[in-house]
Amino acid sequence: MEIPRHWRLKQQRYGLVGEICPHCEARIFPPRDVCPECGGEAKTAFAFSGRGEVYSHTTIYQAPSGYDDTAPYTVALVKLAEGPVVTAQLTDLGTQPVEIGMPVEMVTRRLRSDGDERGILVYGYKFRPVLK
Amino acid sequence: MSEIVIAGIGQTSVGEHWDISLRELAFHAVQAAMRDAEGLQPQALYVGNMLAPNLSRQAHLGVLLADFCGLKGIEAATLEAGGASGGAALRQGYLAVASGYVQTALVVGVEKFTDQIGSEIDSAMATITDSDFEAVQGLTPTAQAALLMRRYMHEFDVPNGGFSGFALNAHAHAVGNKSAMFQKLIKLETYQNADVVSDPLNIFDIAPFADGAAAVLITRTDLLPPNFPHPLVRIAGSASATDTLALHDRHDPLWFQSADLSAARALQQAGIQVHDLSLFEYYDAYSIYAALSLEACHLAERGQGWRFDLDASRMPCATMGGLKARGNPGGASGVYQAVEATLQLRGSAGVLQVSQAKYALIQCLGGPASTAVSHVLQRLN
Repeated sequence: MEIPRHWRLKQQRYGLVGEICPHCEARIFPPRDVCPECGGEAKTAFAFSGRGEVYSHTTIYQAPSGYDDTAPYTVALVKLAEGPVVTAQLTDLGTQPVEIGMPVEMVTRRLRSDGDERGILVYGYKFRPVLK
Repeated sequence: MSEIVIAGIGQTSVGEHWDISLRELAFHAVQAAMRDAEGLQPQALYVGNMLAPNLSRQAHLGVLLADFCGLKGIEAATLEAGGASGGAALRQGYLAVASGYVQTALVVGVEKFTDQIGSEIDSAMATITDSDFEAVQGLTPTAQAALLMRRYMHEFDVPNGGFSGFALNAHAHAVGNKSAMFQKLIKLETYQNADVVSDPLNIFDIAPFADGAAAVLITRTDLLPPNFPHPLVRIAGSASATDTLALHDRHDPLWFQSADLSAARALQQAGIQVHDLSLFEYYDAYSIYAALSLEACHLAERGQGWRFDLDASRMPCATMGGLKARGNPGGASGVYQAVEATLQLRGSAGVLQVSQAKYALIQCLGGPASTAVSHVLQRLN
């Protein structure tokens, strides 16, 4: 069981809460307390819009344990509108082919399950094609 | 002046050693290296290993192997840096001898994948990524490589099948390496028709995980036994560098900065330029990583590393089969590279001998070059 390490990250997983650097205004996700752009201390919370575009993508057929029941699934590097890139699964794709540059938006979905009925379910962000 | 040299080498074959345990596998390599070094006794043991706590439920490998190899009492510890663990252990051995506090250091890289099967191996492999922000999304190291390869092909207009040269070269060399996992040529059509694993990566873009152990003894020339039988191979440069752990945290994911930094530092220490090298053992866990390593080490122009098979004047690479065809024994890979380069520099590489080999660059990567460890080895006359 690893409840604390998921609970601790609830703001990031459910709300894409990162940081904004008070010195250079860089938007930072995930939060890291030291700005990767200017090296200054950055602890001011900043909620991202959840909008972005696909930077790259692939499909995983051979999944780690905890993910096998949802394989195959698509993972992507998503470049957020505010700048940072996040690793996330793509969801709600239907028959739509994924392409680099495709606009996507954040949704909350189940990420993994530990198997038996006592195992925890981890929820967090995924991205889906922007609804038209 | 006394030089720091590799005095002994040993390796097991790379493959699925169902009947051999982690400790026995390491012992076979250690025993071979100590025999090769004419009985030199180490005062320290550094173990390169990536996943034993996950795959074999065994941590504390330093004492495990010191004890099992009959070396009880010596200093011993594990170095872990993902796929670069073997290089990290090699560097630790080098630093220990260079410091003067250790006369002879034993470095062993060992990985035992077949203690687990199926999704447990993918789960263990995922622990070398950023657990909170990559692995939690179901990402694996293979998928990381696929993400990089897709973006690379997009930015540099690489045609489908463009990366075939790496696998063809690796398999051609492994035919002459008795320790290699796949001692078999492959044809271009085999590559072109291969099953996709994680698009655009096909099965021949991926080095197979396998069991293996390799060992080297590092010492000073003034401590060698009289009439030492081998040509001497000096560690002329040693460097390690890091990038971001998570791939998504990089401004320019298609530039392996740690590979650039560590190779440049090792070459500078050796006092040579990259084109003075006789061979390059790159880290071809994925064909895209080999391409990006060639670019990072300034052996190919940016965006041109994939044209490997088209460059007739290129440097010999993966001369014993690389990870692709020798097999990818995880945290042992960096020590295998040292053993293979030593064979080349001693002139003992048989049919795979690179003529007039004088300087070799060996480089291993942890993840997508999150860590890179580079060594320059030199034949002493």
